[in-house]
Formats: sequence, structure tokens, C-alpha cells
Amino acid sequence: MIWNSFGEFLAMGGYAGYVWGSFGATALIMIVEPILARRRQKQTIARLRRQMRADTRSSLESNE
Amino acid sequence: MNERLINIFRFASPATFYPLAGRMIPWFVALTVLFGAAGLWLGLFVAPTDFQQGEGYRIIFVHVPASWMSMFIYLVMAFWAAVGFTLNTRLSGMMTQALAPTGALMAFLSLWTGALWGKPMWGAWWVWDARLTSELILLFLYIGFIALTSAIDDPRRADKAGGILLLVGVVNIPIIYFSVKWWNTLHQGSSVSLTRSPSMAAIMLWGMLLMALCFWMYSIALALVRVRGIILERERHTDWAKAILSGETAR
Amino acid sequence: MLNIVMAVMRRDLKLAMRRQADMTAVLFFFVIVVSLFPLGIGPEANLLRKLAPGVLWVAALLATMLSLPRLFADDLKDGTLEQLALAPHPLGLVVLGKVLAHWLVSGLPLALLAPILGIQYDLSTDALIVLTATLLLGTPALSGIGAIGAALTLGVRGGGVLLSLLVLPLYIPVLIFGAGAVDATVAGLGAEGHFSLLAALAFASVGFAPWAAAAALKIALE
Repeated sequence: MIWNSFGEFLAMGGYAGYVWGSFGATALIMIVEPILARRRQKQTIARLRRQMRADTRSSLESNE
Repeated sequence: MNERLINIFRFASPATFYPLAGRMIPWFVALTVLFGAAGLWLGLFVAPTDFQQGEGYRIIFVHVPASWMSMFIYLVMAFWAAVGFTLNTRLSGMMTQALAPTGALMAFLSLWTGALWGKPMWGAWWVWDARLTSELILLFLYIGFIALTSAIDDPRRADKAGGILLLVGVVNIPIIYFSVKWWNTLHQGSSVSLTRSPSMAAIMLWGMLLMALCFWMYSIALALVRVRGIILERERHTDWAKAILSGETAR
Repeated sequence: MLNIVMAVMRRDLKLAMRRQADMTAVLFFFVIVVSLFPLGIGPEANLLRKLAPGVLWVAALLATMLSLPRLFADDLKDGTLEQLALAPHPLGLVVLGKVLAHWLVSGLPLALLAPILGIQYDLSTDALIVLTATLLLGTPALSGIGAIGAALTLGVRGGGVLLSLLVLPLYIPVLIFGAGAVDATVAGLGAEGHFSLLAALAFASVGFAPWAAAAALKIALE
């Protein structure tokens, strides 16, 4: 451990804006991107399910 | 040998790869967190202050892994494109499209963190250095690939057209890099030397390697999540995909 | 083999002659873009002389882009492209003929027009000669690489904008060496290195690009 206090850690020797701007942007992307990918996957599944149900319904109707 | 080949083809079929990818994702997520925690610990708490750049150098722990991944992902995409053309596997094209957004984001991160590092070190957010300029062009190449594949409706055609673009791009990257480097040496106006201190302490190197591994595992995990969506979308008319869609357990 | 290339080239040239308005529109675009820059920057001769190589080259890239979407689109519409793809000779040679024809109606006139526009920028005679030479040598590469983009975006919605997105990054080496040669001449340095690299790029892209474009065309026709 090289830091004496938490404040010193946050200050990053005067480079706080630059260092935390870099790490923050990286963290933001690494949190937001998986959430978006995950949501998209769920939406795809939901849409495909709806399509499939609609398809089977219409094929049943045409059989009658 | 023959058996192994058959095995590879078995996993290359979307029907077997879909559940396999689903099982692999948690492992890669766990590895991402593990490597990330270790890398951040080394990088932010253990690695000593740089005698030239002070604490500002710590940006290296995200900047270099992002740059590496942005280049590596493009190569992997080109590799999958080549596999797709030679073996005609369906999965290859899906992999290229699943990787592209992550690659573009990595290129963006590399530029973003590079700017935040450049400002305190060289006094400018952006300099027309050969490496920075090439990274910017790489981002353009990613955007071109994503724009092309999303503009083509037929997925098979999108895969193949994207594959040709990737192969043309990968041939061009060294030419572009070389020409930009040449251009840069000719126009050395506000001569800033961008060579970083070569004698990097072992602890910093380890921190960087761990962070690079974290980024690597992250990219794989995300590509797997995306490729599952693409597989399901394209295979929706097959029996196995219908079984998954009607099943309760499908995530 | 040469016969196919020549036949396609002659046909495309004949078609281009029938539609001279397209050709002149591209040239006027080039003239207007180059003439706009001094209005935005100011009339100071020293500054303009410094900017001239870059401005003229970038304008040439953009003007080339304008004519690219038409490269295969008309042949696709009237079914010629399908006939050419089914014919026994390799499609790459057909594309080569079309690339050469494209260069003759877009690259060559641009290069011949450039010295007149260079005078607006107060370039010396040496620099004007080098500018024309680099454009003569570099524009074939633009037509070649552009053909790949045109084939990839054939029949795709938003094709024109997409085409520039794909092709402009790949044009960067040509831009660097082309404008660099004029720059070096203005600065009193030799431009031999630039010229040999530009020639290498031109030969490589005219040699290889038609085959990549042919592969892309086959995908588009499937």
C-alpha cells in the first residue's frame, strides 16, 4: 500500500481528473455495454417468441 | 485427427455452440472480475509513483490494455472472416459481428484515455502522433464494418461483405500505419517525444498484464452474449431454436 | 485476356460519353470545393501555398467518391452485371476494365484540371508539375480501392454515404504520399521517395483490388 490516506488516493498526486476520468470512462463502458447487450438479448428472445406464437396461430387457422 | 475435425465442426454448428456459449459466459465474467480486481489492486495500490510522470502514469493500466484489445479484436475478426471464406462455417460471420462493437469501444477508450494522458504529459489533448492517428483510423475501420453489416438485410450477404471488408482492412492496416508514421516524421513540427520510459518496474508490468487479461476476458464474455442473440435470431426457424424459445429455462 | 479488359473499358467509355453531364458535374464539384477553401481561410498567399497540396488532394478524393456509386449500379439495374458474372472469363478482368475506364473519365480529368486550380493557390511551376504527376499516379489507386467499396455497397440502402465511410480511411496512404510529394517539392526537398511509394500503391491496388471487388460483386449477385 503506497497511500497514507484515502484523500491522498483520490487526489492522485494532482492528476485526479485525468486518472479518474480514464478509469471512470472505462468502468462506465464496461458496465453499460454488458447491460445493453443483455437487454438486447432479452428483447430478441421476447420478439422471437412473439413471432413464433403468431406463426403457429396463423398456421393453425389456415389448417382449419 | 478425423475425429477431432468432426468435433470442431460439431462445436462450430450454432445448435451446439449456443448452449456451450451460455455455459461459458459466467466463467469469463468471473475471470474478468478476478483479473480486474488483481490488476486494479496492483495498479492503484501497490505500483510505486513514477519518478517522471507522478501518479498520472496510472492511466497506462487502462490505456494500454484498451489499445491492445482494439488491435487484437480486429485481427481476430479478420481471422474469423478468413475461416468463414475457407471453411464456409456459419458461425464465423456471426463471431465477426459479435466482436465488432466491443472492438470499436476499445478503440474509443484507447483514444479517450490517451487524450487524458496526453494533456498533463505533453500539454495537449491530441497530437498527430503516428500511434494516435492509426488508432483513430482503426476506429473508422470498425465504424465502417458495423455500418456495412447493419445496412445489409440478408445476414449471409452481410457476413460475406463484412468479411471482404475485414480482409481488405487487415491488409491495409500495416500500409496505413507505415504511411502515417512516415508522414509524422516528415512533419515533426512541435517535436514531442512520445517514447515512454522503457525501464518499467516489474510490478507495473504485472499490473498492466493483469488488466490486459481482464479486458481480454471481458471481450470474450461480451462477444459470447452477443453471438447468442445473433444465433437465435438467425436460427429461429430451426427446431432446436424453437425448442429453446418455447422452453421456460431459456435465458 | 487483354481483349476482355479492353472491350469492357471501351464499352464503359462509350456509356460515359453519352452521359457527359455526370462527368462534368464531378469536375465542377472539384473546382468549387477547391475554390471555397481560400474564401474560408483568407487570401494570404503564404498560407494558401502551404495548404494547396492537402486541399487539392482531399478535394480529388471527395470528387472521386462522387462518381463511385455509379460504377456498378447501372450495370446491375439493366442486368449486364449478371451476364458478365456468368460469362466464362474471370470477373476480376471485367472489373479491371471498369476501373481503368473510371480512371479515364474521373481521375485523368481531375489531374489535368489540378494545375489550373493550383495557380489559384500561387503554387510554383515545379509544384504544379509535381501535383499533376502525383494525381496522375495516385488516382488509379483511388479508382481501384473505390471499386471494392462500390461493389460492397451495391444495392445496399444508404449506399453512397456508406461507400465513403468504407473507402475514405483506405485512401489515407494515397493522400499522404500524394500531398506529401507536393509538400516536399514546395519545401525544396526531393519527392522521389513519395513517387515510388505512390507508384507501388497504384500498381498494388490496380492489380489486387479488382479481384476483391469481383468477389464482393459475386456476393451481391447471389
